[in-house]
Amino acid sequence: MDESEKSFETKELTINLGPQHPATHGVLRLVLQLNGETIVKCTPYVGYLHRGVEKLGENRTYFAALPLTDRLDYISSMNNNVGYVNAVEKLFGIEAPDRAKYIRTMVAEMGRISSHIVWLGTHVLDIGATTPFLLSMAQRERILDLFEMVCGARLTVSYPRVGGVRNDISQEFLDQLYEFVLDFPSNMDTFETLVTENRIWKERTVDIGVISAEEAVNWGLTGGTLRGSGVDYDVRKYFPYDAYDKVEFDVPVGKKGDCYDRYLVRIGEMRQANRIIKQCIENLPAGPVMADAPKFTLPPKDMVLKDMEHLIHQFILITKGPTVPEGEIYVGSEVPKGELGFYFVSDGTGKPYRMRVRSPSFIHASVLPRLSEGGLIADVIANIGTIDIVLGECDR
Amino acid sequence: MEPLQVADKLKERFPEEVLDVREFRGQVSVTVKKGRILEICRFLHDDPDLFFDYLADLCGADYLGKKENRFEVVYHLYSIRHRHALRLKAEVPERDVRIDSVMPVWIGVNWHERECYDMFGIVFAGHPDPRRVLLPEDWEGYPLRKDYPMKGPDKEWGGFVDVLERSKKYRQYDWYQ
Repeated sequence: MDESEKSFETKELTINLGPQHPATHGVLRLVLQLNGETIVKCTPYVGYLHRGVEKLGENRTYFAALPLTDRLDYISSMNNNVGYVNAVEKLFGIEAPDRAKYIRTMVAEMGRISSHIVWLGTHVLDIGATTPFLLSMAQRERILDLFEMVCGARLTVSYPRVGGVRNDISQEFLDQLYEFVLDFPSNMDTFETLVTENRIWKERTVDIGVISAEEAVNWGLTGGTLRGSGVDYDVRKYFPYDAYDKVEFDVPVGKKGDCYDRYLVRIGEMRQANRIIKQCIENLPAGPVMADAPKFTLPPKDMVLKDMEHLIHQFILITKGPTVPEGEIYVGSEVPKGELGFYFVSDGTGKPYRMRVRSPSFIHASVLPRLSEGGLIADVIANIGTIDIVLGECDR
Repeated sequence: MEPLQVADKLKERFPEEVLDVREFRGQVSVTVKKGRILEICRFLHDDPDLFFDYLADLCGADYLGKKENRFEVVYHLYSIRHRHALRLKAEVPERDVRIDSVMPVWIGVNWHERECYDMFGIVFAGHPDPRRVLLPEDWEGYPLRKDYPMKGPDKEWGGFVDVLERSKKYRQYDWYQ
């Protein structure tokens, strides 16, 4: 070592990433301690979007808490609604009719495609590719337009209802959706040509943020983040809800558990989601879209306006809520980010005594230090993208 | 294994600890004393027939005036290999809101326990990083307790008061001088 090198003094540098940073996908703040370019310690801070959804839910009836779930993961509000109504239906002990189940499965998979496609666009944008982002937004726009056709809202849909769905879908909607479904594989091929074998992309993701299968399960990871490590845990297969036991689909799994595997898994999931939608359209049964359970479901609006009985019924259900059996229940559902679980404790009144939201993003944000420490600072951005978090869901 | 069989096995192993077993809509909850929770969890995780490798969720619950022991910590366990689930509930009385952390068994429970402390004030002994997670460090009170008002406390949080005062100061600042 010569004299000039000896005179250098090195020390650890602490930098702050976020909360307002485009690559953190929301208001996530990371405090990074760096030794050169290597991360020594990474501390995430969350809670900037905390709105107290659980407390609000405990002070509302089961019907009125549904729009709150839209605001959890605002990229895929349809999936949250489906998870919520499934949990509430299981607590009430009612079942939606077949047609409603198929419609829910269909719209949930549309939500999955729209969420994954936003993830794909933003993840590759963070790493430096602009074109897939623009292409993905165009695809997402088509799904949002279809959502608008079916329920009038694009983002915060609140379309599924306890006991079914709000309204039946039209033939026009089905035709346009089918068109989308037929186009989709070739659109995915376009993405894959741009990204999958791209040398820069592979350089930035292969062997980055590796987590083994046992460790991933121990951490409580779910969704694509877990399946990238080679565990085939998918709530849709393990606890089938809605029409998932009546459609055929595969669960893509990775091998190594690095960013690239998680990317491949999610790409595979989009293709599978497309397959599910296609089967749902082709096998859509006829029939009602609301369960025949007058004590637990809201009466049809046209009857409320005509008939005294139904009006009284609606009044009681809205103000007091239904009379729910006492008990507690935990129901998970597979949302694009992972397993979204709802835990209800009912004390027999119309409001949940305890409502708990188990959000996948919360766990995935907590695993960031494990993925990032020891790596380079540039890989933190790849890791944030690959765990696919939405801070609205993380903070609740 | 059927969930009730799991509960029986747990009862066999820890006859003193298990207080209550209940079934509702096919889901089984086992209520236990909080004293040996870490041992119970380690048994559930390590036993080859049970093998609860995945902790889906940990949360608190407040039964103010409803139950003798005010708080409960609820563990939702699942075994990916054997495909069975169990809900474990540990009773925590108000006079001693301490319970052992189960982080040595499932490391992913880290933020769940921090959140439970944040929202209910339940202290997890042995947790390596026992800070609040969602609310600011200097927040007063525990929001998900049943005696915490729905609309929040009467006085504003200190950090927000600072921001308001700063904005007042900047309003008087002459930007064009």
